[in-house]
Amino acid sequence: MSNEVVSLASGNEGTLKDQFSAYVSRLRSGEMGSLPAVVATVVLALIFEIASPFFFTKLNFTNLFVQASELTMLSAALVFVILLAEIDLSAGVTAGVAMAVWIVLVKFLAINWILALIAAFAVGLLIGWVIGLMVAKIGVPSFVVTLAFFLGFQGMQLVLLGEGGVYRVEVPEVLAIMNNNMPDWAGWVLVVASAVTMFLLSTWDRGRRSRKGLVNKPISILYIKIAAVLVLGGAAVAIMNQNRSQGVIPISGVPIVVPITVIILFIGSFVLERTKFGRHLYAVGGNPEAARRAGIKVAKIRIYAFMICAFLAVVSGIFHSSRIGNVDGSAGHTIVLSGVAAAVVGGVSLFGGRGKLSHAAIGAIVITMIDNGLGLLQMPAGISFLITGSVLLLAATIDALARNRGGVINRN
Amino acid sequence: MEGPVIELAGIKKSFGPVDVLKGIDLKAYAGRVLALVGDNGAGKSTLIKGLSGVQPFDEGVVKFAGEEVNIHTPRGASALGIEVVYQDLALCENLDIVQNMFLGHEEMLTGTLHEAEMELLATKALQSLSVRTVKSVRQKVSSLSGGQRQTVAIARSVLREAKLVILDEPTAALGVAQTEQVLNLVRRLADNGVAVIIISHNLSDVFKVCDDIAVLYLGRLVAQVKTSETNSTEVISYITGAKTQEGEGK
Repeated sequence: MSNEVVSLASGNEGTLKDQFSAYVSRLRSGEMGSLPAVVATVVLALIFEIASPFFFTKLNFTNLFVQASELTMLSAALVFVILLAEIDLSAGVTAGVAMAVWIVLVKFLAINWILALIAAFAVGLLIGWVIGLMVAKIGVPSFVVTLAFFLGFQGMQLVLLGEGGVYRVEVPEVLAIMNNNMPDWAGWVLVVASAVTMFLLSTWDRGRRSRKGLVNKPISILYIKIAAVLVLGGAAVAIMNQNRSQGVIPISGVPIVVPITVIILFIGSFVLERTKFGRHLYAVGGNPEAARRAGIKVAKIRIYAFMICAFLAVVSGIFHSSRIGNVDGSAGHTIVLSGVAAAVVGGVSLFGGRGKLSHAAIGAIVITMIDNGLGLLQMPAGISFLITGSVLLLAATIDALARNRGGVINRN
Repeated sequence: MEGPVIELAGIKKSFGPVDVLKGIDLKAYAGRVLALVGDNGAGKSTLIKGLSGVQPFDEGVVKFAGEEVNIHTPRGASALGIEVVYQDLALCENLDIVQNMFLGHEEMLTGTLHEAEMELLATKALQSLSVRTVKSVRQKVSSLSGGQRQTVAIARSVLREAKLVILDEPTAALGVAQTEQVLNLVRRLADNGVAVIIISHNLSDVFKVCDDIAVLYLGRLVAQVKTSETNSTEVISYITGAKTQEGEGK
């Protein structure tokens, strides 16, 4: 035996079976990620399917995706600040203000809708920057800063749109996002493109590792994941590509919002998992002092996170306006709490440093399903709130327990 | 013996009217472990903060590898090859070992994190210290014991190719077996040709692993002796001020 033999494992060794048991032991140690939310999705789907004949209709299935996309986007926005153990209560009204600016520019100043949209995003980024500065440079707790913005911007919306002002969105491109569908073939392209991207990224990683002589996970894991994307994605597209119209004019295809959401989530995840900024964001969320000593500019990371949050919140604002077809002065007041709930239910830790964008999407689907399913069962809205609240409480409890088990609070 | 890696001459530092360091002369050599001992308030932390660039010295000459240098920032110290392993370790529990070791110094390839390269280099750094206690380099730090965390923090300095590693109370929070592991690690670090300075209150650790002992007493260096030529009674009397190197009583 030479000295070189002393080798450290990377966690990639072993067969598929070894990898599976390693996954189970990670689950047991509290790193559950989005598994509880995935289980909840399946359970809820089964319950509602049994209880309501309308739940798994083609129409409602597609509606679920449309409804969830708006919440997903807001929740994804919030993930960037929740990862820092911060909060942005003003994300919803930031979107409201940005959309108010947009409609004012389009309606009253007759500015091109795309230019107006750029202005709306600029407003969002500016708001995020100001919040970030207050939090990172001055040290005001984000809860308070964003609560103040939350209150103030409700006023700003009214100032911009006038008391009770409601303005119809008359830009077909914006209305199309939530209301129009892609041609059937485009849905298939989306599924195949997702699988191919997954394959290429993974192959790229594996190549880098092999060239360095490092062990890769069994390739069968990749094939299983790709098969899952193809089967589940394919099934969803197959359902959405059928005619779901209850009238004469046929309606079919994947709603346009779906690929937009998928692409934004992909870019966001890429940034979080594969760039220096993403790594530093997690580090600041996990231990700001350690990050500072490692030479990371903590304040800069915080400011960027709030700007990204505001930017994506504006995207969700566009989705909202597209869905309801107008911009009004009360948009975005309540959705922010559902956004936080979705992130936490999906497995993003409120303590910071743990969570992914995909968790926000899964959490948003759970919350949307509860709302949608109970609505179909003609339950009063009160019940829906009660159940959503209970699910959130459960998710937050799991998060706190996992944190204990992970040894963060109670080592030994 | 080669020249010292770091040489301090006439180092002074005061906070307002309080003189904390009153002219320190100190040398640390490659391949040797130097213990810096002294009672609370003797100036150990201030000395270390000066060397690490956190609080620059007021006066005095710092020579690094024979060249006179000015250390004003932690980055500057790091660029010279001085790494400090703090008592609270400064690790991110939500990140894994590799990610922690490269934090702030990530290897990049075509604009993205080069995980493979980082994993390889981290593994090599741990191997150079003959670390066997960690299960996987991709373990989250939250799942590591105190000794393992200390290992990661020390291995990080190997990765940066530090010439001088300063350890602040590396064994303070550890049990017996883990203390043993960390002391072995420190020994191997020095054997790899690094100059090591350890701050410690634990004299039995000091005698186990250190080659030289420097004693601070109220801002002055009262003794710098070879471990083999002294004993703990003598060191304690230096620490308490009962004795100075010239042998005068106080």
